[in-house]
Amino acid sequence: MEALWLSMKLAACVAAILLVIGMPVAYWLAYANWRGKFLLESLVALPLVLPPTVLGFYALVAMGPRGPLGKLWIALFGHGLAFTFSGLILASLLYSFPFAVQPLVASFEGVDRRLLDASAVLGAGSSRTFCRVILPLSLPGVVTAAVLSFAHTLGEFGVVLMVGGNLAGVTRTVSIDIYDRVQSLEYGEANRMALVLLAISFSVLCVVYAVNRRVWTPWPAK
Amino acid sequence: MDAVAGEVNATILTARIRKERRGAGASSFILDVSIEASSGITILFGPSGAGKSTLLDSVAGLARPDEGRIVAGGEVLFDSARGIDVPAPKRRTAYVFQTLALFPHLSAEENVSYGLMDLQEEERRKRVEAILKAFRVEKLRRQRPAEISGGEKQRIALARSLVTEPRVLLLDEPLTGLDAELKAAIVDDLRAWNAAKGIPILYVTHSREEVDALGVRVIALDNGRVVSVGAPMDVLDAPRRKKLAQAAGFENMLSATVLDLREADGVMRVRLGESACQIEVPLGYAAAGNRVQVAVRAGDILLATERPHGLSARNVMDGRIISLEQRGTMVIARVDCGVIFVVHVTPGAVRALELTAGHRVWLVLKTHSCHLVE
Repeated sequence: MEALWLSMKLAACVAAILLVIGMPVAYWLAYANWRGKFLLESLVALPLVLPPTVLGFYALVAMGPRGPLGKLWIALFGHGLAFTFSGLILASLLYSFPFAVQPLVASFEGVDRRLLDASAVLGAGSSRTFCRVILPLSLPGVVTAAVLSFAHTLGEFGVVLMVGGNLAGVTRTVSIDIYDRVQSLEYGEANRMALVLLAISFSVLCVVYAVNRRVWTPWPAK
Repeated sequence: MDAVAGEVNATILTARIRKERRGAGASSFILDVSIEASSGITILFGPSGAGKSTLLDSVAGLARPDEGRIVAGGEVLFDSARGIDVPAPKRRTAYVFQTLALFPHLSAEENVSYGLMDLQEEERRKRVEAILKAFRVEKLRRQRPAEISGGEKQRIALARSLVTEPRVLLLDEPLTGLDAELKAAIVDDLRAWNAAKGIPILYVTHSREEVDALGVRVIALDNGRVVSVGAPMDVLDAPRRKKLAQAAGFENMLSATVLDLREADGVMRVRLGESACQIEVPLGYAAAGNRVQVAVRAGDILLATERPHGLSARNVMDGRIISLEQRGTMVIARVDCGVIFVVHVTPGAVRALELTAGHRVWLVLKTHSCHLVE
């Protein structure tokens, strides 16, 4: 249960941070008119196709005591980054980044441009337009982004194994715990954990699809 | 000169705008207009694609002209020469879009007060109250746009733009889809409201009916240019339209007889002059047997040395080249298809196709490159 709690904590932190940094990135991707935009789009989508161990490997190298990130962290906080909860969060942010950014981009792009024009003509600058028009109309996308990055982080394995190692209470997440139990033939315990993850994943997807089908929304569709 | 006069009279809008929209081949388009509007309604009339919306977008600051100068209510909103480009939120222009663009997640009242964010609560409520009443929609204040009927949505969109006390009102076909009676009622309310304010209102429409109903002053646009200005009767019915069309750059002015109307396709077939040559042109106010004038730009005609097939263009005519005349970097070909067409081709095309006088050729003409002027 300790592992499950740790995973939940990790996923919640990652989802929250991703919403904050994902919004400006998604805003830029949705509205900027820059020829080289595809470069950033590819970069954002990279974790989708990259083997988690590759991502984990580079994250580990960067966070190691001789890596740039590791050195910076030691200078700032006096201890290393690899095999810590903070390191885990950092690696997970990278790993789940597209799951937060892509739904946001899609829903920002889905907002009728004329509504943004109307807002501008009525005197609203871009930040007011974002808060009062884009964000409320993108609510399903925001929920999707939060839920997907939470669920994706909850189930990660390869990256955690590479960056976090397997320290009980610090970096042993639920999927690693399941793996450990299977290795030591504790099938019953593994099954209990696996079922919990299954139930969480399913309900999370239900939320995503329901929100996007507008089964329930704060306002009626056009 | 006009712009200077505009700065003296605070209620005048003057706009000189040049904007090029690059696209593949025929989709590139140049808007090049100079207009003036004083207080009250000025109608911008023209077929779709004439550049009316681009013109409004430029005045509102939503599109940036390549070149020009826009002055409204005595303030310079845009001046390419002086590097002035006031951003849209600071222009105080009101704009009602064709789609209305009411915020779907806000109630009618919240929509209307959207542009008054900087005002005190008290003042804001007072102004929203007054305008909802002026446009007779005070009962709908709590409803969301999805729950409101067509004509009332239009009223709310008008109220939302006007409550901000704008210097100019831009209306992009705001009343399409309403029946005549409802339209007239809304326009009456708009006129009543503007009697006190006296701001210039640019009203875009491509409906002849609306022009007749609104009366006043009309600016006719076609293909990115102003083709005429004046009272509706003068602009839309006068015989000098032929001259205007020629002045606007139509090298081919052909008289034609209407053969039949195909309303479902939005086209009609006409016979050119006394020849056997038939072409398809956009539907106009005409009946079979009527004489009409068809204007075609020499640059809009394609020339082929073999009979083309598999084209979307509806008009393919065969003929013979009468003469080729080089003028600068352009060759003017005169082609006899029963009637004489003037066609612009490049010297390179003449060389590549080995064009000479007497050569048999085919002319290709899109339906919408044929402009009806009568």
